[in-house]
Amino acid sequence: MQEEATTLGAVDVLTPRTLEEALRLKSETPGAVPIQGGTDVMVELNFDRARPPALLNLNEVAALRGWSRTNGRVSLGAGLTYAEAMEHPLAELLPALAEAARTVGGPQIRNRGTVGGNLGTASPAGDALPPLLVAGAEVNVASVRGERTLPLHEFLVGPKRNALAEDELIVGVSVAAGAGRETFLKVGPRNAMVIAVVSLALRVVDGELLAAFGSAGPVPALVRAPLEEASSFPEQVAAAASPIDDVRGTAAYRRHALRILAGRALDRCLA
Amino acid sequence: MSVQLELGRVGEVVPREDGIPKVTGQFAYSSDLQAAGMLWGHTLRSPHSHARIVAIEISEAVTMPGVHAVLTHEDVPGEKLYGLEFQDQPVLAFERVRYFGEPVALVAAEHPEQARRAAERIRVAYEPLEPIVDAERATESESLHPERPTMGHGYRDDPRPNVVRSLVIRHGDPDAKGDVSVSGVYEVGIQDQAFLGPESGLAVPDGEGGVDVYVATQWLHVDRDQVAPCLGLQPEQVRIHLAGVGGAFGGREDLSMQVHGAMLALHTNRPVKVVYDRQESFVGHIHRHPAKIWAEHRATRDGKLVNVRVRILLDGGAYASSSTAVTSNAASFACGPYAVDNALIESLCVYTNNPPCGAMRGFGAVQVCFAHEAQMDKLAAELDIDPIELRLLNALGPGGSLPTGQRVTGALPVAEVIRRAAALPLPEPEELPRDPLRVPGGSGNTTRGEGVKRGVGFAVGFKNIGYSEGFDDYTAARVRLAADGNAEVHCAAAEVGQGVANVILQVARTELGTDDVTLAPHTTATVDSAGSASASRMTWMASGAVRDACRAALEERERNGGGEVDIERIYRHPRTSPLDPETGQTTGERSHVAYACAAMRVVAEVDVELGLTRVVWIGTAQDVGKAVNPQAVTGQIEGGTAQGLGLALMEEIQTRDGLITNASFTDYLIPTTLDMPPVVSELVEEAEPDAPYGAKGVGEPPTVVSTAAVVAALRAATGRDLARVPVRPDEIVGL
Repeated sequence: MQEEATTLGAVDVLTPRTLEEALRLKSETPGAVPIQGGTDVMVELNFDRARPPALLNLNEVAALRGWSRTNGRVSLGAGLTYAEAMEHPLAELLPALAEAARTVGGPQIRNRGTVGGNLGTASPAGDALPPLLVAGAEVNVASVRGERTLPLHEFLVGPKRNALAEDELIVGVSVAAGAGRETFLKVGPRNAMVIAVVSLALRVVDGELLAAFGSAGPVPALVRAPLEEASSFPEQVAAAASPIDDVRGTAAYRRHALRILAGRALDRCLA
Repeated sequence: MSVQLELGRVGEVVPREDGIPKVTGQFAYSSDLQAAGMLWGHTLRSPHSHARIVAIEISEAVTMPGVHAVLTHEDVPGEKLYGLEFQDQPVLAFERVRYFGEPVALVAAEHPEQARRAAERIRVAYEPLEPIVDAERATESESLHPERPTMGHGYRDDPRPNVVRSLVIRHGDPDAKGDVSVSGVYEVGIQDQAFLGPESGLAVPDGEGGVDVYVATQWLHVDRDQVAPCLGLQPEQVRIHLAGVGGAFGGREDLSMQVHGAMLALHTNRPVKVVYDRQESFVGHIHRHPAKIWAEHRATRDGKLVNVRVRILLDGGAYASSSTAVTSNAASFACGPYAVDNALIESLCVYTNNPPCGAMRGFGAVQVCFAHEAQMDKLAAELDIDPIELRLLNALGPGGSLPTGQRVTGALPVAEVIRRAAALPLPEPEELPRDPLRVPGGSGNTTRGEGVKRGVGFAVGFKNIGYSEGFDDYTAARVRLAADGNAEVHCAAAEVGQGVANVILQVARTELGTDDVTLAPHTTATVDSAGSASASRMTWMASGAVRDACRAALEERERNGGGEVDIERIYRHPRTSPLDPETGQTTGERSHVAYACAAMRVVAEVDVELGLTRVVWIGTAQDVGKAVNPQAVTGQIEGGTAQGLGLALMEEIQTRDGLITNASFTDYLIPTTLDMPPVVSELVEEAEPDAPYGAKGVGEPPTVVSTAAVVAALRAATGRDLARVPVRPDEIVGL
């Protein structure tokens, strides 16, 4: 039986009810792949690209859900869905994230997919990542060994690679509220349900311009400049990118589009 | 006695019976089939686009848990090759593989995962060969089919390597000069049918050496006639039954799992189910031919076409499939629905190691329509004539001739569809700011109006209805009248989503004068062939067969003074003739049965800085003969238009060295509701004299014309040439 189960690629589904239990299970079964909405993980399973020994189903862990606001910062649970990120009043606190969430998949995907999943996958095209970067995101991770917090740009270490230790889980992410002077734009050759060919988030805060781009380098990356450099900022953003040619677009187009997106984003945020 | 009909006769709106089950997830597709004791089949496929097979070692795979069979080409019981036109495609590859994803071995196991794991343990030793991936160099490369299966089929003798078919049409004086000349080179990428239901089916051994195959397909009897020889069986030992079809669009004309499933079922004596996954589906069927088209149009100063010279290169990929007919169609319709006295048309399809291509909605006419309509717009600009006036001035109609010399004898209201489409009122430009979804880029939030320009495009196109060039197929229908008045209609016409089931029922109700009509399952077991649900032919052909069978049944009952009747009738369309292999001229009265045309007007907004598009509005007038079911007709027009829009804007299979690099719906994009506007459809009902009820097929003309019309709108908005589809953002912004 055991051998047949292995051959069949049977996957244990571990369903903790509390964060503590989740961390204990992750520590005991480091190969367990955390799953929340499943919009990335299930694709890997269905395409036969991954056969993890176990899935760690985090849907029943209440501590990972929702969001809260303290001292000018907003804490988002790893289980916050894109649909929730588009709802009032969170959408007014973090408008760029709401705009990014609107670009993700269709309604069913936005109801299931989570910000934590986007962090876990750490794709260069992760739509939530540029808005989080410009909002000074800090990622809260935990294990049975304790908790730690690291800036998002340190958390994203490479294409589809993050800084989690094998026993750690993403608990959430905390950001500075944006109060409206921010936006997100995403280019795809289709008007909905498309992976970013290139994307850009911009925030203007305290005389500083913060832009982050997606799908234009190995990881979404942050570009900063003083407000006075607004006119050259689109060039700076395009120059900071290191795009490639792939099936979704060319490097030349990505760099060109970033320049246009940055100019339009500035017009919106400085208007 | 007059009978009150409630369920719909010819010409009435009849809702689809499978409509609600499909949108609520209740419809049983071929992938939902189950049988007691069923095994799962899996296909091991080539990771190379061109390689020599040195050895296949299955000894480890057969010992894997749950495995019941591992089969290779050595286990093919009968013919090792099959094909729609030439037997050039191996059931399972031997000696060499010619395309990425070519089937090499089969596994049947208790569980699909076991079958996949066992397939991973089949050791195939390949010696990679240089793939031929440039169609323009294929005729100078080593032959992929040294046995030359294309020779001796009555086509023009072209001795170069890798020619699937070469056709030259010489019409009038091919050197005739005009006052003006415009030229262009146009390219079309590889489009996929992208049906949502992947290839799937269930093969069940009958215990007596035969097999029943339940499969989503387009032509049950031609499946049978290809499957039986490969299995070494008589045709009646193989029964093909139509299972729920999740879209077809030409992609199910060729065999997929039929022989493989039957081989595994007969070998294991168990029912075997095969379901391709999405990635596999992209290599599991043929695609639309990518094309390169060189065109020159010569005209008088006042806009009359004098001479059209076109060279068409189609990449057929590794195997012929229906490429010879596509080659001929592309040539036939290369000038568009225009009266042209002189023409030189060269159409060439070559073998390469790219993905195999064959039938897809529009069948050769899509590619040339994109080219001839771009040329007509170019000519209009050159002559400073309104593009719609230019088209009207040259419109083909009854009495005119095709470049093949065939006179148009039936209905072909080209001028009428142009006028009707041109008369549709265009929507006013929408105010800004507006709903952010209603701009180019859609949900991507890329513009609030910056960079957005509006353009209006127009295109006309046409294609043949039915099979051509002497391929005189037929459709059979069988009607059983019970003593209680119930009528049961048998017809093997594949319901692939186009609505032929309703057509059959509507015709039977009309002819029999009763509502009490049932449609028996579509199968090879109880009725002769219906021919293919292809070439916009099924409505015409099924209507004729069912009509004739119903009338014969009524006569028979009348003769017998009542009682039961069981009668089968064969319907044939007017006969067609081959083209002369040297001149490309028709050798008889006609090489095509009939034509249908459509004109389309498109309004698009383009963000010219980012190269993103929103098609705002589409209006079309289509020559339908007679709308048997107007709701189904508008459905076909909308769906067909969306498929052509997809080719214009986003749909393309990308390859590198013959390997498909975007085999998923993540990266092979098809239009969403934000990409596809509502369509205003004008049905032009001019009865086709040769067709039952005057009805023409309607599924293809919208696809033929919409790619051209959408790109015309993009050209108008951007001022750029846009000579390749799908149009890439790079080309719009000028990178």
